[in-house]
Amino acid sequence: MNLPGGDEVTVTLAHYLVVSGLVFGIGTTIALSKRNAIAVLMGIELMLNAVNLTLLAFSRFSSAFPAGEEPLSGHAFVVFVLTVAAAEAAIALAMAVLLYRRRETVDLDRVNLMRW
Amino acid sequence: MDSTGIVIGFWVLSAITVVSSLLVLVARNLMHALAFLVLAFLGMAGLFITLSADFVAVAQVLIYAGSISVLMVFAVMLTPLASRDNGNSLYVLPGVVAGLGIASLVAFVAVDTEWAERTGAALAESDFASTVGEVGRLLLGRYVLAFEVASVLLLIGLLGAIVLVQERRRAATQSPDEAADTGARDGGAL
Repeated sequence: MNLPGGDEVTVTLAHYLVVSGLVFGIGTTIALSKRNAIAVLMGIELMLNAVNLTLLAFSRFSSAFPAGEEPLSGHAFVVFVLTVAAAEAAIALAMAVLLYRRRETVDLDRVNLMRW
Repeated sequence: MDSTGIVIGFWVLSAITVVSSLLVLVARNLMHALAFLVLAFLGMAGLFITLSADFVAVAQVLIYAGSISVLMVFAVMLTPLASRDNGNSLYVLPGVVAGLGIASLVAFVAVDTEWAERTGAALAESDFASTVGEVGRLLLGRYVLAFEVASVLLLIGLLGAIVLVQERRRAATQSPDEAADTGARDGGAL
């Protein structure tokens, strides 16, 4: 694709990695700074999603695999990450509901029973 | 990756994904944050499509934007007396510093490294008409053991979630009027 000025515009591996790093950083911030247990889980899901994007971008652009030699291993990895993320979300949300039954709150600042 | 559609699609979808993620961080209401999270997941699925990963993109829409978000809505609805604002804890400053540090570190390394990447014609040569068949062959061929372990993990996760949230049966040891009393209390609390 060429801009009107004549500069060529293309999308490279680095573009995808920068987007992935941004989303991972935002997910880290959410996971560390939110008070609600469900919001913390949202941050963790965003981080997992950013890692998936990294895996797929490397799978698409990397020349480490010569042609015809399992070029889609990254896709298989992403399928496993999706599986683990689904199981993790189910367990974590069950724990949030359990916490609510015990303490009537999912505020992580007030779940400090084990603080020394 | 230099066709017009992919370049425009990449920039639009990246903007949607990053801005929605930021809105998850700053939204005032938990349900609004959840809606923006779904939007971020959908933008990410679009980015997967620009990487010609069609199977993973569809799986992303089904699992993340479909199931996990519905699960989160259920979790919010099952905690009715908890606060619904998307408030920050005392650790917001360390969180922002850690997030900015990680993002800038990844961006710096990604831009600064000379990646051994395919470009132009070599990249077009590695195009797949559809990745579904090849991913299926990998999952049931080389990675079949990991595939089976993942299925067992999902089963254990399902059973664990059910066991964790099931109501304890107390009614068997109570007289009927006491049970009715408990039921009325629980109903009132909900």
